Amino acid sequence: MGLLEKPGQVVEHETWGDYHRLTVFAPAIASKARPGQFVMARVSSHYDPLLRRPFSLHDCDGEKVKIFFKVIGQGTALLAQKKPGEEVDLLGPLGNGFSLPAAPGAAASILVGGGRGIAPLRFLAQKLRKLEQKVIIFYGGKTRHDLPLAQELAAEGFELRLTTEDGSLGFKGLVTELLATELPKLKPGRLYVCGPEAMMHRIAEMSKAYPLPAEFSLEARMGCGFGVCYGCVWPIQRTSGVEFTRICQEGPVFSGEVIVWEKKS
Amino acid sequence: MTDLTCDLGFLRLRNPVIAASGTFGYGLEMEPYLDLEALGAYVVKGLYLHPRRGNPPPRLAEAPSGLINAIGLQGIGVEAFILSVLPRLQKYRTPLIVNVCGETEEEYAAVIERLNPEKIIAAYELNISCPNVKQNGLCPALSAEATYRVVKLAKRVSQKPIITKLSPNVTDIVSIALAAEEAGSEAVSLSNTFLAMAVDPETRRPRLANIFGGLSGPAIKPIALRLVFQVAQRLKIPVIGGGGIMSGRDAVEFLLVGAKAVQVGTATLIDPQATVRIINEIRDYCVSHQVERVSDLSGGLILE
Repeated sequence: MGLLEKPGQVVEHETWGDYHRLTVFAPAIASKARPGQFVMARVSSHYDPLLRRPFSLHDCDGEKVKIFFKVIGQGTALLAQKKPGEEVDLLGPLGNGFSLPAAPGAAASILVGGGRGIAPLRFLAQKLRKLEQKVIIFYGGKTRHDLPLAQELAAEGFELRLTTEDGSLGFKGLVTELLATELPKLKPGRLYVCGPEAMMHRIAEMSKAYPLPAEFSLEARMGCGFGVCYGCVWPIQRTSGVEFTRICQEGPVFSGEVIVWEKKS
Repeated sequence: MTDLTCDLGFLRLRNPVIAASGTFGYGLEMEPYLDLEALGAYVVKGLYLHPRRGNPPPRLAEAPSGLINAIGLQGIGVEAFILSVLPRLQKYRTPLIVNVCGETEEEYAAVIERLNPEKIIAAYELNISCPNVKQNGLCPALSAEATYRVVKLAKRVSQKPIITKLSPNVTDIVSIALAAEEAGSEAVSLSNTFLAMAVDPETRRPRLANIFGGLSGPAIKPIALRLVFQVAQRLKIPVIGGGGIMSGRDAVEFLLVGAKAVQVGTATLIDPQATVRIINEIRDYCVSHQVERVSDLSGGLILE
């Protein structure tokens, strides 16, 4: 048996406007987690809201895990009130992670994060660096306030391409626009993507046209997070045809080749 | 020592807690979290004869203390269940109950006939809330006549006990429960989810692609409790109660109004060990209230 963590103490709570990052003491999860996996967090000790909320693992250091999120509803608003010393009940690590390159290579891995989609990519970037992979992070948002981790990632020495729709930081425009012009120059070996659906869809098309292996971390409202309720499905191309496939169990990371974007019905 | 055993007549359970269908996968998904041997019984996800695609997403919406789901009974179908799931459940002695679905009355019968030879299956739970494709999508659960017909047919082909799972979305659940009993059902379970919907005022759209879904969780507990009480008053066969049970005390309430056993569903989604925790909490309740046999609680509601 595994996958359960006793409620762990919040060690640190960082805030950038609507964006928050919690560091939680959770050794059982931290010791097993791989980039791309997620945890289910209880946001209330009562039953309103009822369900746990899924969060990508943002960082793991052996005993502590970090989750990074934007306040978008009732659940994240409650979680944003957690103070250091309080406890968070986490379930995980859940799902399948990103696939990692087998051997050090010259071709770079490009990581594309839109807004809070940067969450799983930070953990991935650190792992890739340990594997001696060249990493370039594309980080886009509406304004500079949506890129709260830009400074930190730069300080850690990651090669960054920042974009904002209003031009308040980095390239002015969509992250997909910059990616389209940069891809031919950078000649990467693979793409890892997490962000809004429209962004991921556009990048999936690019990667197919190129062609370039690409993996996407998908998001959906989840009931359980461990495969029993079938609430979080996405249409995925399987051997038997397009099937509604559980993001929590068969994902949350899927290859761009199998994700069906156009129609969900 | 508290005696937790639960005798349904046709089936003897180690304790009165049954993992409900639709929130427990096919059992295998729960292996990392709990020992299936600890449960009274478990009901696997509803099975049609063939694999079923289910509803398009989004399939879930929250309500205050509740969950609205419109999964659409996505499932692997009977053959894949027999081939790939059942062999891996053989090692457990806990009674396995299969939730049986059908788009027609004949399909219920076909699923049962296909499963009959499987010795590990202890009973069938008849999911009479499935839309019937030949009757404008109306499900058998909505009328006493249709319930009687499908239970009667299931009884004729079944070599195992039948538990009929009742829908709360009816005007008179007692008449439907009585129809199931008269048709030979060994027990009834209730309540299934309550038909509901959710709207996003920002987008002005339904939150579920299916528009409607079934409400479960603590939000429905008071209504489910009342339904179980009403049905238990009138039926001779055992009633398995449930609806929003999150704790041992919730379970005790269902026993007191007349349930012989309880089903735990939505609680498992939030806490995969909920069923086991609830068993322990029922035991704690019995100890602290000097109850020697949990079966003594059934129907123990004091009314004067």
